Amino acid sequence: MDFLNGITLLLIYQLVGEVSVLMLPIPIPGPVLGMVLLFLTLLAHGRSTASLESASTALLSHLSLLFVPAGVGLIVHFERIAQEWIAISLALVLSTGITMATVAAMMHIATRYLSGKT
Amino acid sequence: MDNPDLAAIWVYLSTSPLLGLTITLVAYSMAHKLYVYARYNPAFNPVVTSVTGLISILLLTDTSYESYFEGAQFVHFLLGPATVALAIPLYQQISKLKRLWVSVLLSLTAGVAISSLCTVFIARLFGASLQTQLSLAPKSVTAPVAMGISEQIGGLPSLTAAVVVITGILGAVLGPKLFKLMRIQDDSIKGVAMGVSAHGIGTARAFQVSSEMGAFSGLAMALSALASALIVPWLLSAIGILQ
Repeated sequence: MDFLNGITLLLIYQLVGEVSVLMLPIPIPGPVLGMVLLFLTLLAHGRSTASLESASTALLSHLSLLFVPAGVGLIVHFERIAQEWIAISLALVLSTGITMATVAAMMHIATRYLSGKT
Repeated sequence: MDNPDLAAIWVYLSTSPLLGLTITLVAYSMAHKLYVYARYNPAFNPVVTSVTGLISILLLTDTSYESYFEGAQFVHFLLGPATVALAIPLYQQISKLKRLWVSVLLSLTAGVAISSLCTVFIARLFGASLQTQLSLAPKSVTAPVAMGISEQIGGLPSLTAAVVVITGILGAVLGPKLFKLMRIQDDSIKGVAMGVSAHGIGTARAFQVSSEMGAFSGLAMALSALASALIVPWLLSAIGILQ
């Protein structure tokens, strides 16, 4: 029952997020707003519940699976990829590496100076 | 398929969502077994092997992506509640987050800007078409959000979904090596870098290292999704790529 209650609550927050995004001029996706709202609720409530934890563990421990259908979508773009694969691969590899290194370096420096951490 | 009964069964199955859903789950569970058997060697990342397997099956059986997606959409749908669920590990790291939030916000804003600009410039430098550049721009953002941004700026959402997955795999594979090279040991730092550049697939990898790295990766992924939705369209028009 825990899992069912948890997933229901997650879906309710997603629904509230999606509807708010449709009604208000907020340029962010519904699930992201739902996450922000749930986070604020947990902050206000002061603790999380067993049912939410059971549903989130179930979903997040198989997170990779959820990307598979989108990944198979590559099949639709074979032609474009065949033509532009050099530019696409270089852009993906280089910019992923650069982004990751920059964020790690900035976090490293910022935590040292801002949080007085060694 | 010359047996008429088999052909009829195939016609039935290929129009029902059951087959697409089932082969997705079977392919993933086999891919995951292979990954465990290969002792978590990143070359056997279960997303890569299951996507490769499924694409081969679709090509061999001459099945369209649309009819496959009829079934696979039930798995795809769970990305929404999974995004909402990120609030929970985030909340569990609240005490650490309170201490680090300035650093996290600074680094991830810079990361989001660098990620989209770098991607567009490199793609443009090597001759990608404008539509491809725009589809690649939100590549580090979690799939549902990236697809939304792509649509907004004039890219191809389905191409974006695919490059988002590739980026996630690249990040999950390169990340641990890069952190070792940079001699970064703090799991919160590694988590933020992973989440900003490799979204959910990076986060899934981060949870394998530690729940702290996973939580920070999830946090960074969620916040950078928020930041990207706000910054990326504005940034691309500021540099004159979007009119």
